[in-house]
Amino acid sequence: MNISLILQMAADTEPDRIGLVCDSRRWCYGDLLRAARGAALDILRSGCSHVALLDESSEAAAIALFAAAIAGVPYVPLNYRLPDTDLAALLKRIAPAYLIGDSARIGKLNPEGCHAVLARAAFVAKAEKLGESAPVTDDPTETIAVQIFTSGTTGTPKAAVLRHANLLSYILGTVEFASATAEEAALVSVPPYHIAGIAALLSSIYALRRIVLLPAFDPDAWLTLAAAERVTNAFLVPTMLSRIITRVDEGASAEPASLRAISYGGGRMPVELIDRALQLFPNTGFTNAYGLTETSSTIALLGPEEHRAAQASADPAVRARLGSVGRPLPTVEIEIRDESGQPLGPGERGEIYVRGDQVSGEYRERSALDAQGWFPTRDAGWMDSEGYLFLAGRADDVIVRGGENISPGEIEAVLLSHPVIADAAAVAVPSLEWGEAVGIAVVAKPNQPPPSEDELRTLIRSRLRSSRVPERIAILDALPYNEMGKLLRREVRKLFQG
Amino acid sequence: MKPGTKLKSTVCDTEVMVVRGSDVVVECGGSPMAQERPAERGAVAAGWDKGTLIGKRYVDAAGTVELLCVKPGKGSLSIGGVALQLKDAKPLPASD
Repeated sequence: MNISLILQMAADTEPDRIGLVCDSRRWCYGDLLRAARGAALDILRSGCSHVALLDESSEAAAIALFAAAIAGVPYVPLNYRLPDTDLAALLKRIAPAYLIGDSARIGKLNPEGCHAVLARAAFVAKAEKLGESAPVTDDPTETIAVQIFTSGTTGTPKAAVLRHANLLSYILGTVEFASATAEEAALVSVPPYHIAGIAALLSSIYALRRIVLLPAFDPDAWLTLAAAERVTNAFLVPTMLSRIITRVDEGASAEPASLRAISYGGGRMPVELIDRALQLFPNTGFTNAYGLTETSSTIALLGPEEHRAAQASADPAVRARLGSVGRPLPTVEIEIRDESGQPLGPGERGEIYVRGDQVSGEYRERSALDAQGWFPTRDAGWMDSEGYLFLAGRADDVIVRGGENISPGEIEAVLLSHPVIADAAAVAVPSLEWGEAVGIAVVAKPNQPPPSEDELRTLIRSRLRSSRVPERIAILDALPYNEMGKLLRREVRKLFQG
Repeated sequence: MKPGTKLKSTVCDTEVMVVRGSDVVVECGGSPMAQERPAERGAVAAGWDKGTLIGKRYVDAAGTVELLCVKPGKGSLSIGGVALQLKDAKPLPASD
């Protein structure tokens, strides 16, 4: 199996249809396939063991992804926001690599010159030129399609690998080939090194849905491009949606008339935010997608009808599903298990396990799958009686106070119900008496005096058990997030060290 | 054959990729499919001419074999003379 099949089928079926738009250049499927074949020829000639991208989104990301597949070499999109020292360490792990992108920076990080380096424009030009003569390659033997270094919010980045079979079964299981009309367009604003960025390319090309790339996210640029390209679909992380809503509320622009579907994922979506989005965009279908790098993207989703049904319901259990990530895909199994690995029933909180052909659960160093093929996600969660999955933070984020497990989420939800609090995080802090205790960091809304420590403790005591009352409290101007809107709990914990 | 293997029709343009299943003989247009096309193409047998559609998945009744059509053609697919069925896929909303 090889993911290049996706582009091959698109080019065979609609060679002249526009498949990708970036910086006003429009690529048809036929031209994309020719460029991918040309680049594959160059990759094979280089003899490199990996193809890496150190660049924002552009046509080069799509060409490199498929070229690496055709050449039978793993594709490694790198996070250009990493500091030089971290990036240099990653480059060593993939040497010798065929590297596309910021050639000046790569030169600095790679003084020994062990990689083959091409700037974006040079790569694309060479790919197009060679594409005229490149032979069609048969399925190569390499089975790793993509390698992504995990964001490392908890330590050294791990090299997660996705095999061709994982990604293809995800696409075949979730996307109907050529199901998009010629009018449909998907606005992609997630970076190319994120699993959602890879999945967006594969899904949209297989559906024959035009991809519109926004290399650097900005809410005004997003709204402008969505209107100009008559975008019908978009994927956003919650922070992006929040920034778009803020601009629309400020009167920047109305909902783009063509927008039919917004999917979101990749971080915690506050119920207040999705509620507001549903009001602001009454004609748009919202889909919440939950997935991980190691699962080839989405494993559970809450669809448009489920969003509207939950919002309109008077039944608290149905209404609560607006805060869920929906139900498992028909092609995967999900279980909640306790610490000893025993499956738990509805409403019981534990660790989320997943199994399915799209689930790799594999790193360069080892596989994390158990003997029966289940992947422990390290995400904590629970399912309601109808199989709706609710996330409750990372399993590693649980605060263990005197043997009692405390979920940061329950404390954060209470804090966020306070009218003056804009953001809140609960973490474990060292405690002589309990081993760990609760520490909270809170951010007040702009121009509002933060609540006193007594008020915060009283609030939590009034709603939760006394073990949840914080021992330490920090008032901050902002919580630390990474660029994808993921809260860096490690940084919050550091505030309370010593 | 095993998952990932590509099979070509010997009587039409059809080409399929094996998604699930192994070691069975798949027929297209009434003739066994092969990994290489023959020098001379045979004829589509009567009754096996309903055709294949690109991007569609074809399954046997037991669900042990699943094929993805990657190139369409005039013949129709069968195993041991029993026609394969179109896989009924419930559409999902786009999630990425």
